[in-house]
Amino acid sequence: MAGLTRSGVVYDARGLVEPDPEPPMTAQIDGDRAVIDATDLTTRKINLELKRIVYDEGVNDVTILNPGSRHSLGVGILKRCHITFEGSPGWYACGLIDGPEVQINGRVGWSLAENMMSGSVVVEGPAGSLTGAALRGGDLVIKGNVGARTGIDQKGGTIIVTGRAGINTGFMMQRGRQVICGDAGDGLGDSMYDGLIYVGGNIASLGVDCVPAEMDDSDHEFINRKFEIYGLGTPPDLKKFECGKVLHNYDALEPSERKLVL
Amino acid sequence: MCGIAGIIHRDGPSDMGSELTTMLQSMKHRGPDSTGYALYSEPDDLVTIRFMLAEPNEYGSFGVDERLERNRAEVESRLAKIGAVLATIHSDTGYAFRATVRYDGDLKPLADYLEDIPGCEVLSLGSSLEIVKDLGDAETVLEQYGLDRIRGTHGIGHVRMATESDVDLASAHPYWAYPFADVAVVHNGQLTNYHQWRRRLERSGHRFQSECDSEIIAVYLAEKLAEGTDLQTAMKGSLDDFDGVFTYLVATSNELGIAKDEMAAKPLVLFESDDLVVMASEEMAISALVGREVDTRDPFEREVLTWQV
Repeated sequence: MAGLTRSGVVYDARGLVEPDPEPPMTAQIDGDRAVIDATDLTTRKINLELKRIVYDEGVNDVTILNPGSRHSLGVGILKRCHITFEGSPGWYACGLIDGPEVQINGRVGWSLAENMMSGSVVVEGPAGSLTGAALRGGDLVIKGNVGARTGIDQKGGTIIVTGRAGINTGFMMQRGRQVICGDAGDGLGDSMYDGLIYVGGNIASLGVDCVPAEMDDSDHEFINRKFEIYGLGTPPDLKKFECGKVLHNYDALEPSERKLVL
Repeated sequence: MCGIAGIIHRDGPSDMGSELTTMLQSMKHRGPDSTGYALYSEPDDLVTIRFMLAEPNEYGSFGVDERLERNRAEVESRLAKIGAVLATIHSDTGYAFRATVRYDGDLKPLADYLEDIPGCEVLSLGSSLEIVKDLGDAETVLEQYGLDRIRGTHGIGHVRMATESDVDLASAHPYWAYPFADVAVVHNGQLTNYHQWRRRLERSGHRFQSECDSEIIAVYLAEKLAEGTDLQTAMKGSLDDFDGVFTYLVATSNELGIAKDEMAAKPLVLFESDDLVVMASEEMAISALVGREVDTRDPFEREVLTWQV
């Protein structure tokens, strides 16, 4: 049974906000730009309004004020456009996007840009764990520290972290690149299938089947280009790591034999 | 999934009950089953006892009123027998009570003597700690217990989504670190070597109120404190001794600490300023309290932090 709380938000019996398919129509639209003040809006309403503006109104530059750390903001936008968050979104921000260039002037919670397919997300602060989980394409730039398991199951794209990364960075990554300018926690690149990880600081320990590799000209060219695009200055001295290719079916060994090899 | 939160006011007491409610209510999606608070005020000459004489879902059933009345009288009688001079006693709910007593003796026999009464469970004992917990969300518990009247210097709270134990008051957090005054714990996670540690601690004479794995942390820390270990060292030891994924908060009359396991699998966000320290499972709880954008950070894996209040 639904009930009104002090804040005036309607919850259903499980404590979740009642579904309502109507966008709030509160955005201030000025030509090709629009501003959504999220102060009094629920997650659902913010996303409905964002989609209305981008798809129905054809606006290409949207600013969201006061996101208030709400979860799942800006998800599933499949169109080239600019989205700016003035403040901090919560968890699962900008997941499953394909095309948008997102600027976040704040910090973000867990699972930023999960499954992003193309576009870019730039965060002017730290991010939580699982940043760029299953990233498929595009660029993800974090100007601060990130939590654990950054780029877990990454399948493409590039993640740049200007600060430190936590445990199991690049866990089971399959493709793409990560540039960690600061230190990396235990288990770097654990069980990775493929892809490249560059680390500027100290590494607590390498994960299973993650091995050092030689930096070459193409690595430097790629990293310099990305740093220039995002105005990150000169890259630090980086160490390169890749998959040793002895763990995941890169051989004809029996499981018991593979244990001996590892 | 559960939600945890903590507040320290470095500049003196504030409306701790209301503030923690604001944070916990904003994380209702992390656990609607029960809500609990460990609220700390300036230490008092009196010992405050929070105890319950029945589970909330028992209350109102046949014969319970008479049993509660009889057991409440028995509590008062036993307090007198053990030398605790009752100053005040009242109940907001009919089944959960708050008593203040003048008592200089050891707390363990006092707690044991009261818990020997059928249905009686001591939720907290101490000169500054009060644990309040019940079924439902934070606003429900606040209204039920009048928590908006409670001021304090620091506190920790918990919203619970029952996963491995029942939806009842015994499984609700926080847990008091029996029999130590003013020590309480809230936890988000699962301890996979729960039974091993429970058997070990029971052999050392500790008692458990619930089947909930989180209670292990409180009892574990209590044992370490009893051995003379300081809080931070005890918390660091817990990272090696506990298996599983966990983030927990612990508070004493003058300290509050956080610990995060080596996998960093359970969230915590931290905000610190000159007059305020706030921590929560999700940033939205901090935003709800502070009311503006603030710079926060996620503690890393195996990080233990403590603050003096």
